[in-house]
Amino acid sequence: MTQKDPKLLIQPGPQLRQQMTTPVVMRDVWYALTPATLAGIWFFGLGALLVLLTCIAGAVLTEWYFAPEEKRGYYIGDGSAILTGWLLGLTLPPALPLWMAFIGGVVAVGIGKTIWGGMGANIFNPALVGRAFLLATFPIAMTTWTAPGDFFTLSSSLFALPLMQSTVDTVTQASPLGLMKFEQIDTPFVDLLFGNTSGSLGETSGLLLILGGIYLWWRRDLDWRIPVGILGTAIIFSSILFLVDADKYPGPIFTTFAGGMLLGAIFMATDPVTSPLTKKGTWIFAVGIGILVVLIRVFGGFPEGIMYAILLMNAATPLIDSYTQPRVFGRELDSK
Amino acid sequence: MNLFRRLNNSFDHGVFPHHHKEQTEQLAIQRLPFGKRFVMPLGQHVGAPAKPIVQAGDAVRRGQMIAEPGGFVSVALHSPVTGRVTGVGSERYADGTFQEAIVIEADQYDTQQMEVHPIDWEALSIEEFISEVQRAGIVGLGGAAFPCHVKYAIPDGNRIRSLLINGAECEPYLTNDHRQMMEQTEELLYGAEIVRQKLGAEEIVIGVEKNKPGAIRALQDAIKPGQPVRVMPLEVKYPQGAEKMLIKSVFDVEVPAGKLPRDVEVAVNNVGTIIAIAEYFQTGKPLIERVVTVSGPGVSYPANLIVPLGTPIREVLEFAGGLTSETRQVVLGGPMMGDSIADLDAPMLKGSSGVLALTEKETGRPQEYSCIRCGRCVEACPYFLNPARFARLAKSRMYEAMAESYNVMDCVECGCCTYSCPSGIPIVQHIRTAKDHLRSMKGKVQ
Repeated sequence: MTQKDPKLLIQPGPQLRQQMTTPVVMRDVWYALTPATLAGIWFFGLGALLVLLTCIAGAVLTEWYFAPEEKRGYYIGDGSAILTGWLLGLTLPPALPLWMAFIGGVVAVGIGKTIWGGMGANIFNPALVGRAFLLATFPIAMTTWTAPGDFFTLSSSLFALPLMQSTVDTVTQASPLGLMKFEQIDTPFVDLLFGNTSGSLGETSGLLLILGGIYLWWRRDLDWRIPVGILGTAIIFSSILFLVDADKYPGPIFTTFAGGMLLGAIFMATDPVTSPLTKKGTWIFAVGIGILVVLIRVFGGFPEGIMYAILLMNAATPLIDSYTQPRVFGRELDSK
Repeated sequence: MNLFRRLNNSFDHGVFPHHHKEQTEQLAIQRLPFGKRFVMPLGQHVGAPAKPIVQAGDAVRRGQMIAEPGGFVSVALHSPVTGRVTGVGSERYADGTFQEAIVIEADQYDTQQMEVHPIDWEALSIEEFISEVQRAGIVGLGGAAFPCHVKYAIPDGNRIRSLLINGAECEPYLTNDHRQMMEQTEELLYGAEIVRQKLGAEEIVIGVEKNKPGAIRALQDAIKPGQPVRVMPLEVKYPQGAEKMLIKSVFDVEVPAGKLPRDVEVAVNNVGTIIAIAEYFQTGKPLIERVVTVSGPGVSYPANLIVPLGTPIREVLEFAGGLTSETRQVVLGGPMMGDSIADLDAPMLKGSSGVLALTEKETGRPQEYSCIRCGRCVEACPYFLNPARFARLAKSRMYEAMAESYNVMDCVECGCCTYSCPSGIPIVQHIRTAKDHLRSMKGKVQ
């Protein structure tokens, strides 16, 4: 080394790091959501895309507004606000007035995340907080489902002005869950699988949601225990009910593919921030959601239950975590 | 899961960094030529610093004792070369500080040959044996530099059933143990037999990660029928070579928290340590040199080298072709538990198992993001601690809660949590801060 030494970096160990970073995790979820999102836009038309973009805009602007000025790039850069807006958008009716979608995005990030202390500190899934707010505030608009229709037709309800009565001009159709709950009409499985049915804009295509989940599992971004636990529990529980009275209760396949079950189980409940850290806790969390979904759908007042099921178990997460700490290596050996 | 781990000879949790051993695993051990100036820090082992017994101007022979143990948990130091002591004073240390050290200038005309004085170990009592090992300056060569003889002082009522030899070498890049197992197989088995007999152990188990098939084969070929030695291939996983993890992998026994391997009737020694013991009793050569892996993408000619202790790190790197311009960091030891070097003129120590030159690609760190509670650290921690919780509590300076509710003092700082964190949170560093704080508080109360 006749020349000068290179500048040497001094930093605490370990010197090696695995390559996965939080923004990469967020981007992986974007990629996983893309197929189901495109399917939603395909079935429900450009209006769905507008709803989605409005939600994302609401979420990102809120994040930007509340972030410390010098850290705005960093707050937006982790990609979580976009994801929150995106997930919220997927849970909304495709012809929801855009101003409501925007408020949903604002509430999701503002009340769902920022007031708790930002990224990683929130207890409830931000996207679902946004949705719960919208459902409580605009119950009619939030349960007006449009049937899949012409791609380029934009429903006038999209552009309704705030606080004005809007007229519904598109073909409305009850969602499969509503049909089942209130009229005991079953929806064909093929429609549920590919998404050619009414519902929230991103929840209808079961197949593509599962594909996204497999991608995330393959990328190790997703704890497989959560979707497996939720779906497994829901399937077992609904099978029991179905066997008790097949006319009154929906079967396990319907339970899995109708409504937001797959979207919730794969993309919402698996939000690491609001799910338990421990393996055992994760199972409790997932089984809890599975039971609550079926209970709410079958015995509750709402046709859909996944949102409240996840939010309720989110609330229980800190408690679950503190009761499921694994045994530390070399401690409490006697009780083994 | 547990059954799977048992079949696989491993412990639970841990991480799987790429091992990067291909650069040096096929390279035979070479001797680094003697340099001119050697620096022997007095406190390079765990415990009390050694006490110098030479003065500036004294002529010393290679292998001559230059400092005696400063207590029971301490070892002697020996001159790595024949030459002259030029001073005892403050010298540069790898971490950037200055430490008391003995400086020796090598005699350029000396051949550096040593006379052979075998020691009749069979005639020694256990106390004499322990004292010999201490006088030989032997410490754990895996990196911790813990005085080896302390492990052999078994209190009454305890006994050692198995001598476990740590050939896991789970740190990426390092191949010094691997090469020693292949090239010094006889010495290893001889040294192991000495320690086994002195401790009265029944068996010797050599744990080796499966990515060293050459070493496993060499050992199996060298073991004679009837010898109480077996080789156990282990899953390739970090930190397989951590003492308590290794015991779990090999014997399926957990060493209770706060206890030592001897409490489960096991003594653990590193491969290099056992070979150093063998060499001492065979030839009388104390610990004056060690095998070091020089590797990483920042050196041109990676190598496994016998390095005389006290050699400047710079000379080791120059022998390997010098640092490339991409080098951003030089690490002493392995990349998981080793330390960044602040000063290339600092000396090689007894615990320096490797010198690694890393580039941006290896050392680049993600920007630190908020914890997203993804649980990767929880699934990585081999002690089943909750690193995510630690990071969060440490940021709020709730150090007492970390100890009382979450057993932070059990952490061995293996670094699996920091390694696995996608948000780039320096979790181990938070834990170290907490442990230091708790130790200093404890001192004040007492």
